[in-house]
Amino acid sequence: MNGAVIIPLCLFLVLIFFIGFSASKVVRSSDSFLTEYFLGGRELGGLLLAMTMVATYGSASSFIGGPGVAYTEGFGWVLLAMSQVVTGYFVLMILGKKFAIMARRYNAVTLIDFLKERYQSKWVVLVAAFSIIVFLFSAMAAQWIGGARLIESVTGISYLGALFIFAVSVLVYVIIGGFRAVALTDTLQGIVMLIGTLILLIATIVAGGGISNIIADLQAENPNLITPYGADGGLSSAYVSSFWILVGVGVVGLPQVTVRAMSYKNSRSMHRALIVGTIVVGFIMLNMHLIGVFARPILPGIEVGDKVMPLIALEVLPAWVAGIVLAAPMAAIMSTVDSLLLLVSSAVVKDVYLNYIEPRASDNRVKKLSISVTAALGIFVFLMAINPPDLLVWLNLFAFGGLEAAFIWPVIFGLYWQKGNKHGALASMLVGIVSYTLLHNFYPSAFGMHTVVLPVLLSLAAFVAGSLLTHSREQRQTIL
Amino acid sequence: MKERQQDRRFRIAHREALIGVGLAVFNFIWWYGFAYGLGSKPPEEYSYVFGLPAWFFYSCVLGFVVMCILVIVVVKFWFVEVPLDDEPEDEGWDEQ
Repeated sequence: MNGAVIIPLCLFLVLIFFIGFSASKVVRSSDSFLTEYFLGGRELGGLLLAMTMVATYGSASSFIGGPGVAYTEGFGWVLLAMSQVVTGYFVLMILGKKFAIMARRYNAVTLIDFLKERYQSKWVVLVAAFSIIVFLFSAMAAQWIGGARLIESVTGISYLGALFIFAVSVLVYVIIGGFRAVALTDTLQGIVMLIGTLILLIATIVAGGGISNIIADLQAENPNLITPYGADGGLSSAYVSSFWILVGVGVVGLPQVTVRAMSYKNSRSMHRALIVGTIVVGFIMLNMHLIGVFARPILPGIEVGDKVMPLIALEVLPAWVAGIVLAAPMAAIMSTVDSLLLLVSSAVVKDVYLNYIEPRASDNRVKKLSISVTAALGIFVFLMAINPPDLLVWLNLFAFGGLEAAFIWPVIFGLYWQKGNKHGALASMLVGIVSYTLLHNFYPSAFGMHTVVLPVLLSLAAFVAGSLLTHSREQRQTIL
Repeated sequence: MKERQQDRRFRIAHREALIGVGLAVFNFIWWYGFAYGLGSKPPEEYSYVFGLPAWFFYSCVLGFVVMCILVIVVVKFWFVEVPLDDEPEDEGWDEQ
């Protein structure tokens, strides 16, 4: 397309690299490589914690897919997206201080470290590591595809070339800078998202002749667009509400989110992050989904939902401002991908290799291995994304739902229910994953709700039953 | 001594987790109530606030602002700062 759009995007990438390099200096000088590389040395302050939470969560599914679906469905989809406000405070309040205290006591660097110490079971660790590697790998592939499509549609470079640019940019700073680089770039990316969506929303409203005018246009085209029920009335209240589990409270179980809840410095950082996170996540979600809806009367007839954001930005803004604004969705994708990459890498190195293959590996060996595993994973995702499956949003949500069903109860009961034990945790993870996979393929949207609801309930039942049934037996053994 | 200190930190943590559940329930009721309470009538009968359909304004815009204020109030007045490491940072924790 034109240079004025591309230059701000390039400047943004340069800035990201710069952050990566300065973080790598801290990694090199740190005396505890694992905690530094995978957790930023547990030093995150309030703003960084809030931003990295929001940015990790505000992924391609909501940023590229979201406004596109809002364009098609109208206000009903904005209503659905606003169920994510709850994540801003719920995750940190629920995991909260208890999780931070326990993680420090166990010296846990990953979610799996926590599960390992809490349940003392090899099988819990292996099932957890396996599901993180499989599910997050597919989530990551979905995100890379989104990033490459975005670069493709903005710059006109071929999909392969765009994928290459995207892969190199992310890989460089994650590999050298670790979690600290991820958190710092997430903060920058979060700020870009916040400002970018605000500018674009205002410009869209102005281009549409004011809110009342846009609403009148929408109502004239299809009155359903301004109801909570979607363009063809297909969004039932049960379906929309069930997203409170998928993208709202269920997020407590996502490993990429929980790992952040053990990374902060002190309770003051956590308190600050609660407030900042709630405001930022709500603001970004509201803005960007409204952009999708408001774009409809201005640019009717866009068929590929993923292109709504880039096209409306180019339509209503001067080219160089569009470049800055379009850095926002790219920021969203990069900030999700970077944390997933690091998490999958930590599952391989820390949870599998160090636990069961070579517990006595030297620090230097761990360092080399972490960096090369991260790089190898990145290249592997790149190869997967060259010939990608089609449904971006659903591939991504599949991964989220599966992980939530697997981890939510082992995490929550691990913290708050003393009778919870390894049998319950293992049963809960297996039931969650298997039922999610089966229901997703054979009986989606049971009772008109999103597929995630039943597996979460089933894994709850499995945890409670598994723990209580084995509880008395274990007690007898300890007495004997 | 150490046990008692941990008990106190965990009591605080448990209370704050319950506050989180309470806020989420309130948030859901507000969001659901306005959206489907006001939004289920035919679109011709909608009223508007700042140009937006009233159901959407109250549920998503005002609801978001209300939640932000609630979170700020709750954190400022009810959340307690505790040390996260196991070594007591100041002796004050062991008293009481």
